[in-house]
Amino acid sequence: MGKKRNMILGALLLLAAILAIVILEKQLPPTHIALMVLKKGCIYSLVAVSMNLLNGFTGLFSLGQAGFMLVGAYAYAVLTIPVEARGSVYMYFDGGIINFSVPMLVGLLASGLAALLFAWLIGLPVLRLKSDYLAIATLGFAEIIRAFFQWDKLGVITNGSNMLRKYPTFNSTLFPFIASAICIGIIVLMIHSSYGRAFRAIRDDEVAAEAMGINLAKHKRMSFCVSSFFAGIGGGLLAMYQGSIQAAAFKSAMTYEILLIVVIGGLGSVTGSCIASFLFIASSEWWLRFLDSEMTIGNFKVPFLRAGFRKVVFSVIIMLIVLFARKGIMGDHEFSIDGICRFFRNLGKKKEVKS
Amino acid sequence: MDFINKNLPYLLAGISVGGQYALIAIGYTMVYGILRLINFAHGDIFMVAALVTVYATTTMPLYVSIPLTLIVTVVLGLAVERVAYKPLRNAPRMSVMISAIGVSYLLQNLALYVTGGLAQTYPAIPFISDTIQIGSATTKMVTVVTPILTIILVFALMQLINHTKIGMGMRAAANDFETSRLMGIKVDNVISMTFLIGSLLAAIGSVLYFTNYASVVPTSGAMPGLKAFVAAVFGGIGSIPGAVIGAFIIGICENIIKGLGWTTFSDAFTFALLIVILIVKPTGLFGEGATDKV
Amino acid sequence: MKKLAALALCATMCFAGAMSVSAEDVVKIGVFEPASGDNGAGGKQETLGIQYANSVAPTVEIGGTEYTVQLEIVDNESSSEKAPTAAADLAGRGVSIVLGTYGSDAAMAASDTFAQAGVPVLGVTCTNPQVTEGNTHYFRICFLDPFQGTVLANFAADQFGAKKAYVLTKLGNDYSGGLGYYFTEAFEALGGEVISDQFPEGNADFTSYITTAVNEGADVIFAPTSTEAAQLIIDTAASQGVTVPLLAGDTWDSNVILNAAEGKDVQIYVTTFYQEGGNEEFDNGIKEWINADDTNLANNGGDDTVAAVTAMGYDAYFTALEALKNAGSTDPAAVNEALWDTTYTGVTGEIAFESENGDAIRDTAYVKQANTETVAWDFVAEQGVN
Repeated sequence: MGKKRNMILGALLLLAAILAIVILEKQLPPTHIALMVLKKGCIYSLVAVSMNLLNGFTGLFSLGQAGFMLVGAYAYAVLTIPVEARGSVYMYFDGGIINFSVPMLVGLLASGLAALLFAWLIGLPVLRLKSDYLAIATLGFAEIIRAFFQWDKLGVITNGSNMLRKYPTFNSTLFPFIASAICIGIIVLMIHSSYGRAFRAIRDDEVAAEAMGINLAKHKRMSFCVSSFFAGIGGGLLAMYQGSIQAAAFKSAMTYEILLIVVIGGLGSVTGSCIASFLFIASSEWWLRFLDSEMTIGNFKVPFLRAGFRKVVFSVIIMLIVLFARKGIMGDHEFSIDGICRFFRNLGKKKEVKS
Repeated sequence: MDFINKNLPYLLAGISVGGQYALIAIGYTMVYGILRLINFAHGDIFMVAALVTVYATTTMPLYVSIPLTLIVTVVLGLAVERVAYKPLRNAPRMSVMISAIGVSYLLQNLALYVTGGLAQTYPAIPFISDTIQIGSATTKMVTVVTPILTIILVFALMQLINHTKIGMGMRAAANDFETSRLMGIKVDNVISMTFLIGSLLAAIGSVLYFTNYASVVPTSGAMPGLKAFVAAVFGGIGSIPGAVIGAFIIGICENIIKGLGWTTFSDAFTFALLIVILIVKPTGLFGEGATDKV
Repeated sequence: MKKLAALALCATMCFAGAMSVSAEDVVKIGVFEPASGDNGAGGKQETLGIQYANSVAPTVEIGGTEYTVQLEIVDNESSSEKAPTAAADLAGRGVSIVLGTYGSDAAMAASDTFAQAGVPVLGVTCTNPQVTEGNTHYFRICFLDPFQGTVLANFAADQFGAKKAYVLTKLGNDYSGGLGYYFTEAFEALGGEVISDQFPEGNADFTSYITTAVNEGADVIFAPTSTEAAQLIIDTAASQGVTVPLLAGDTWDSNVILNAAEGKDVQIYVTTFYQEGGNEEFDNGIKEWINADDTNLANNGGDDTVAAVTAMGYDAYFTALEALKNAGSTDPAAVNEALWDTTYTGVTGEIAFESENGDAIRDTAYVKQANTETVAWDFVAEQGVN
């Protein structure tokens, strides 16, 4: 009974979210910061969940996310720029050598596939490495990918290190929401399948997993490729959101941000990653912005407030979470109505029942 | 002769930057050797050291501000260890690494706030920023000073590690953390000492590095830090001579790559080198035998 | 508890947002400039010009009513990635027109957001042609890179008889890459030879680049970069004893460059929009204003040299006021319409917009040389394309 009820509740929540977005879009001007944050939050949710699949569920510490997002974003942009706009985008490269363009959804799928291809190639050597070494190798690969895409010899395809733009984008917040929801749904299905159980077994104990007959290499590669596929789609969506992209933006700092989101949400919690994405994006780009400008309350001039203070406060908050709430918002639990009820029931008697 | 004349500057730049990477790399390799932690904040501590010098020299003479820089940097290094890493000593390694990333993020943002986002010009330090002529190349004195100073410091450090009690403690902790604790070694002191040495060398490195490249921005430490880490892995993590040799190799190769016109790949090359070494010889050039890398 | 605290925090923030006073008769002008990142220094100087202009003319008469001008300043962090949200933030504050930005990358990245929000933007010093190309809401008061590149190429060829140029641009920066491209095109058309190199972001070691330039026997080094990289390039060039002139575009016209070159044996030439001394009244006024406030002084790099971008910011503000007056309304759409026919005579010259992309009609650039002893700019020539 519980399972069925949860599914219905989940579906209702999803519908409510869609409804809320529709209402918000009607009420607010299209560039309202709330909508921007929602859009970016959806995209980051997807990327964070894809990273969580790798780091939280399979226990592979990879820092290559920004690289795969870059591949996805470029694949999308390169393939979908309308033919008539290519002349002006590829102005330093005589319009480039690609003289066709594909529809938006095909481009988005291609962004995932391109990232998958890169992941497969990179996975061959690096997945033999473990923990920190895997992390540093994937980080290195992300940097190599970035340099590769900026190489001017490939400029006829990638426009060198210059900006790609004028490709089709989305206007409605529903698009990234639904796209991310579908992708996250697929990841959740995977986590609950026998593959997902194998992933968790590998995370918990590699030797034991292998003894149980789990093919380590195969499953690691699968997790890596699936994660990269969705990171690629996330990259494609990010390209749409920004309206223009440049390889230079996909720095390791981007990977760190996503990693922080995953940790804040809780390693091994899909809903945690989603909630953390929205909170992270909203705080860093919206809620804390007031800290950047001087403010006087009455005659009192609030000290410290000036450009950059927002980021200091934000990083202090993150440090506090990392140090004192090590399990993140959700730990490795998932968000559920039951959980909320339990949370409020326990809120009163938390002190006595400290386990 | 013409060939040498033309390429000497690349080589000099490589040796000099290699020496500076080496000083940072020692901090990485020692911390990793003992705690198995990639101290992502190390590069940012290096950057903060430079900022301290910049601000200190506006009010006080150099012979005060440089020692002050060394002290502040060491205190910062120790504080970071105490606040951000020590509470997580028994936590999974990933938590500590994330804490390191958090510290790095915090230090960069603090620097951004303090500098107001403007690049700070590093003061010219007499003698080491003088221009000298070597063969056909003109360069700063620091280019010559760096490798010599690096080698002296490494030699001193090796003496410390091999011939003192605390050095023995370090070796023991690096070898087997838990057992050395059981054997009565004050592991916390050993770790503090490690961070002290690492930060001190990073501060010295920052004086040399920014004398050569005299502009400090909040992200100034990120790339040198990452490259120094690569150098540490390249030379075999945990091995100090390995880190130093790795740093020189990376510094020189990087400049040769630029000289060949592959400038787009000058950073990527470092990482390519890293990946190749990880796959071919995971323990690095001078790494000790089996660890859990593969 | 944590969650409750978070909720409380959110609520306070929403409240704080709603609290911002909306007095009557206020017209908001957005300032979309970098205050951090690569272009932080330049962005701050440009903002100073705008702020000074605002202190000179704090009100404007629109359609018979006296409006108080309120500047809404947002930091776009010099990044094409952060620019769209910063732009959305501005649009959300109900600005009638936006000024900015220094650095073409952020301008191009934010362009679509402004278009969607229906807010016109007046570019101050974003010189890449792609900023305004094919849109009707992005205008600019500065010259363009094809023009600037050609001027510099002509200057290199005429003044120094240069046959070989070394062009050093920053990887992934549209301003740098664009200007380098147009310089190369023009210089090659003059029969010269170009060797080009790119440096990646975060690069601090320019020794190898300078060595390559020297080895290749370049007659001039052209480095259209941000001031941040410029400091390092100048320092490296000086310590390597480079004797050929260094050329750069408008970004280098900054006291950051002067300070970096102070007492060093280097020749630096830049093209720019304004020559200090071009307008006494403006120069004296802004110097006094900058010196009166420590923050302003720090934002201007610690002294009172007037950067061309500051003058441009000043002119942009007044051009925006003209547009508001012409529109007779604070409605962004009306201001957008009015901009096409707006003209203004500023301290940097006549400002008018051509009718296709909304680019400024400008046909002269000033060439200045850094005087390494007096730490000031010396006027060299006023140069057109021909």
